[in-house]
Amino acid sequence: MKSKVNRELPDDLMKQLNYQPFETTEIGNPEIQRVAPKVHVSTGDDKIVDSIKKVVDETLEDGMTISFHHHFRNGDYVFNKVMRVIIDAGIKNLTLAPSSLTGVMNDMVIEAIKAGTITNITSSGMRGSLGDFVSHGGLKNPVIFRSHGNRARSIEHGDIKIDVAFLGVPSADRLGNANGMKGDAVFGSLGYALMDAQYADKVVLLTDNIVDYPNTPASIKQTQVDYVIKVDKVGDPDKIGSGATRFTKDPKELKIASMVNDVITHSPYFKDGFSFQTGSGGAALAVTRYLRQAMIDNQIKASFALGGITKPTTDLLNEGLVKKVMDVQDFDKGAADSMHTNGDQQEIDASWYADPDNKGAMVDQLDVVILSALEIDTKFNVNVMTGSDGVIRGAIGGHQDAATGKLTIISAPLVRGRIATVVPDVTTVVTPGDSVDVLVTEYGIAINPKRTDLLAVLSNIPGLPVYKIEDLQKMAEKRVGTPKPLEYTDRTVALIEYRDGTVIDSIKQVKD
Amino acid sequence: MAENEERLRRTMMFVPGNNPAMVKDAGIYGADSIMFDLEDSVSLPEKDAARVLVYEALQTQDYGNAEMVVRVNGQDTPFYDNDVKAMVKAGIDVIRLPKAESPEMVEKLDQDIAAAEKQFGREAGSTHLMAAIESAKGVLRAADIAAASDRMIGIALSAEDYTTDMKTHRYPDGKELEFARNMVLHAARAAGVAAFDTVFTNMDDTEGFYRETEYIHQLGFDGKSLVNPRQIPMVNKVYEPKAAEIKNAKNVINAIQEAKLKGSGVISMNGQMVDRPVVLRAQRVMSLAKASNLVDEEGNYLEK
Repeated sequence: MKSKVNRELPDDLMKQLNYQPFETTEIGNPEIQRVAPKVHVSTGDDKIVDSIKKVVDETLEDGMTISFHHHFRNGDYVFNKVMRVIIDAGIKNLTLAPSSLTGVMNDMVIEAIKAGTITNITSSGMRGSLGDFVSHGGLKNPVIFRSHGNRARSIEHGDIKIDVAFLGVPSADRLGNANGMKGDAVFGSLGYALMDAQYADKVVLLTDNIVDYPNTPASIKQTQVDYVIKVDKVGDPDKIGSGATRFTKDPKELKIASMVNDVITHSPYFKDGFSFQTGSGGAALAVTRYLRQAMIDNQIKASFALGGITKPTTDLLNEGLVKKVMDVQDFDKGAADSMHTNGDQQEIDASWYADPDNKGAMVDQLDVVILSALEIDTKFNVNVMTGSDGVIRGAIGGHQDAATGKLTIISAPLVRGRIATVVPDVTTVVTPGDSVDVLVTEYGIAINPKRTDLLAVLSNIPGLPVYKIEDLQKMAEKRVGTPKPLEYTDRTVALIEYRDGTVIDSIKQVKD
Repeated sequence: MAENEERLRRTMMFVPGNNPAMVKDAGIYGADSIMFDLEDSVSLPEKDAARVLVYEALQTQDYGNAEMVVRVNGQDTPFYDNDVKAMVKAGIDVIRLPKAESPEMVEKLDQDIAAAEKQFGREAGSTHLMAAIESAKGVLRAADIAAASDRMIGIALSAEDYTTDMKTHRYPDGKELEFARNMVLHAARAAGVAAFDTVFTNMDDTEGFYRETEYIHQLGFDGKSLVNPRQIPMVNKVYEPKAAEIKNAKNVINAIQEAKLKGSGVISMNGQMVDRPVVLRAQRVMSLAKASNLVDEEGNYLEK
């Protein structure tokens, strides 16, 4: 069977896992049923524990689903501490369902897979040695990749039923009122972890900073928490986010950023009260700088900025150019610190942010979104998951979700070194071309032909050449040549869900 | 437009000839001229590799409308001959001679280019050249150098070597370059070729860069040599004509067309005769305005 983006899907797995192929980006108005967690009743006076082992012994059984969040990013100490105990306890057949997996977790996940502790994984993404391990067939069952919005949807539906959530926090009181804003290892918004806190049967907090009761503001509430474990350190503040955000000096990134800014400011969406999501990375930060100037020059203010937040965005908030920041995660310390000093920076959970099966998600209200791509093809399909070698090395993040925005801009260089970014067919379809509107490269832009309205307004901007995406693809190929086709085995190592829970593409094991 | 219209040369961007990524991306920044360097930015062991890289890039990459320039190694080096031959064969627009100190050096390059054009079947005279003035000797003979070849399109001041030769160094106010700048500029104008100012290397001093660029724009230089693509929009901004200048230039152009239609040799505007210098300046303003995207195809000013 095939998904609507013309990708062959593995029939046996689709049937076995009861999946439907991806059909459309339209969500419609279905009625859905949400689930609720089990509650072990307590007055809350007995939650403090000083041993991970004790909690693991009391809560975990073979075959359960466990979860973690990735807000500590590469400064995470919690995942490895907990997994060490779980592996050593000899527990088997767990499903690992974190919001995402970061590089510091890789070795431990591989060890847990080899030990039979972990036999299933669902995540936003994976990189480095773990991506390599899975792409070479290291895990028997296919990994299920889900966007941040889709993870929230799956948790609410019960597709992901979390038995025990292990959530590291920089501050908590003895009953589990916790936030990401106070302590040594602050990361700001707890956006992704709020789903786990709300829906997991057992919620275990780990913190190095137990504060006086009651701890406010409480992002995670005492009504949700079963255990509070005191550990020596939850994270390395230096590795949680970049310290001071530096604007890129790379002339190519600046060039792309200024072209992205031209697209935005010439679009009908650039008007007072507009909203945007820019994400992180050099070019995205530079766009924020150009956009700031354009907003000042044109006396335009944004109603909100959304998604993963960086200091340049909270600076706009403090300048009054952005009225609200709707914050699901913070990429740097500046943005994290701003969270509890500025009341207009609202912490939002992943469902509020991006869950399609909702009574309205923030992404549905989004005007302008800038996203990146490892590859984009002539159908505007985007790959942010696999490299040109077919190996897993990315994450969906909020890509599929934010692409719902009214003007979705993909910002990417035409080629990276000897590798084309604009290709005839992406290695893996993550975000369908139907939700992508404009591609911006250093050579010029391409507009999705379905957006005839944008073709009309963006076609005569000085210094902004408009190409057909097929022409950009040919330009890329002319520069770097035609690569040999990748070789895979028949075995499926991962499935890519679309945000509605259908399957859009699969990833095969690479041939050595 | 008119037969007098000359190529805009506001920005000449230096690109090290041994850096594949920079050579590949050189076309995306909108430089009027792109200068691949085979000389000072390329170390001795990489001379051949750089020459091959630039040669291949000129065959395969698309640099749009930019004027393609290559700085070859000096005539006193063993790389000079092969550099000239390879670049002529590649169909380069302009060969830049470093450390020019006499018209004889230019004449030699002219002859070597002519021989290479013949050898590789390029059209005779299709390869242009330019000379970099980098010493006291070069400055004092700038006028002869600028007039030494029909292939000559311009001369450039190179301040790093020059200030060393003058037993000084570069200062923020540029006083040490005053004589050289004016010599080079006058030599260029007298010979009817372009004049390029020297590079400004401190990327963190935006204010200083603008000050220097405004100064050389005022003197009359065609443009500036650049070491970083980020400087291109800054130079273009300085060279951007003002709205009033464009409107006035447009009136002059209209007057020319009117005179042509009437078959009149005398161009008049508001009852006054328009002199040739005014016509030339108007044409230059219009071509700058077009390059700065300030006018449409018909030359009408675009309100921002």
